[in-house]
Amino acid sequence: MFRLKGVKVKGILSVPELTIIRNTITCIVGESGSGKTSLLRLLNQLDSPDEGEIWFDQCPLSETDPIEWRRNVVMVPQAPIVFKGTVGDNLQIGLSFSDKPAASDERLMQALHLVCLEKGLAQDAENLSGGEKQRLSLARAVLMNPMALLLDEPTSALDEDTANKVFQRLTAFIRENGKTLVIITHSRSIADTYADLIIEIKDGMPQVDGRVYSERND
Amino acid sequence: MNGTIDLLFWQLFAAYLFVLILVVIVRIRGIPREKEIFIASIRMTLQLILVGYLLVYVFKYTHPVYTLLLVATMLAFSIRTIIKRAKGNLSYAMKRIIAFSMTSGILVSLIFFIFIVLQLEPWYEPRYVIPIAGMIVGNSMTGIALGVNSLIEGMHIQKDKVEAALMLGAKPKAAARNIVNQAFDSAMLPTINSMVGMGIVFLPGMMTGQILSGTSPIVAVEYQIAIMLGIVGSVSLSVILFVQLGYRTFFNHRSQLDLEGSGKIQR
Ligand SMILES: Nc1ncnc2c1ncn2[C@@H]1O[C@H](COP(=O)(O)OP(=O)(O)OP(=O)(O)O)[C@@H](O)[C@H]1O
Ligand SMILES: [Mg+2]
Repeated sequence: MFRLKGVKVKGILSVPELTIIRNTITCIVGESGSGKTSLLRLLNQLDSPDEGEIWFDQCPLSETDPIEWRRNVVMVPQAPIVFKGTVGDNLQIGLSFSDKPAASDERLMQALHLVCLEKGLAQDAENLSGGEKQRLSLARAVLMNPMALLLDEPTSALDEDTANKVFQRLTAFIRENGKTLVIITHSRSIADTYADLIIEIKDGMPQVDGRVYSERND
Repeated sequence: MNGTIDLLFWQLFAAYLFVLILVVIVRIRGIPREKEIFIASIRMTLQLILVGYLLVYVFKYTHPVYTLLLVATMLAFSIRTIIKRAKGNLSYAMKRIIAFSMTSGILVSLIFFIFIVLQLEPWYEPRYVIPIAGMIVGNSMTGIALGVNSLIEGMHIQKDKVEAALMLGAKPKAAARNIVNQAFDSAMLPTINSMVGMGIVFLPGMMTGQILSGTSPIVAVEYQIAIMLGIVGSVSLSVILFVQLGYRTFFNHRSQLDLEGSGKIQR
């Protein structure tokens, strides 16, 4: 689905070639500062490459409308952001940003359930804990029902059990609904358990784990 | 002159005692500002004397070109001051937007004021146009200067929030909405506050001047109300133009956040 060719970003990232396949779960791993977030930002068109081109099927991203694109390929940032208002407001804001109709309370509760966040919609989002904010911002993106989700360390603030539960529900949702998921994670065990493809970034160069890659291509 | 006391030279000189008091205070407190205070007082004196003679000339030989030239000069200086007062070096795009919003906001309200509120005959009568333009320009300048800094600061401080909104498919306008509103608010606040305090906390300069020169306080008040409303109109118009256009400089053509698009900011 995504194809990067000769992509370079400042001195940070250099990607001769990389493909991310539709309806799969891709994990990006690598040391801190290796360029994982930078890569994800390219896919969300929050940054543009200095050189090279990223393709969506046959279409270069530079020819798409970036705003429309981000509504279909939603990114959740590394540091969770909550906006002023209640949990409910925070869930709806993604829909309102992307000019989509508001969701029913029932759908909001479903989204919260998917990320294992048992909180009332009327609660002030500012008072949530760090891990709760992280799940809230994940639920907000899921609610937008995009074609692809780009998650930057979505469970970094969660304990292992909760993280696994969230991942189970999330990956089940992704597979049932035929969506594409790209996740940055520091956890090798999460990557090994849930990923179809693991991309490791070393010194700004993505390297695909040959074993996993060829398995999926069979 | 009708009841005006012309100050004698030594009387005026005595007023400089106030500056001296200030200098003594900063000296005692060890605040290194004597030089600036000194320069500021000299500048004020020289500038006012210069303007005084200039106005005497312009009032005597009334001509639309003189009036327009003076208004244009005030406008140019105010734009320059805003740009100099901004934190860091503003980009060309940002400077252009400042100049545009100042010019349009001020001209529209000035024209409205001269032709509809005052119905001046002739329209370029410098005795009215110059002081009114001065007040409108001065207040819009303060407003925009605050708006510029508030917008830049808001964008830098809340950059993660703006980007988070973009990631969710927000248009730059929606992503910057809160920051734009805050900038508008902080730019308007002094003007709104001065309306509230008007007549109670302070007597505005123009009114004081008119009363000092023998005008009936009621007439002075009428003028002051009108001019205050003119100021409100001009400040809101320039500021809304500025924030509505200014936020765009923080985004590039791919709707990506580009903080340097507004200039390089010194922190
Ligand atoms: N806008 C920028 N300008 C210059 N350098 C940048 C910029 N953004 C990121 N970098 C640098 O690029 C490198 C990669 O950053 P990136 O955020 O992609 O790392 P990461 O792999 O996500 O790290 P982490 O796991 O700590 O989140 C870092 O050294 C960072 O300092
Ligand atoms: Mg990162």
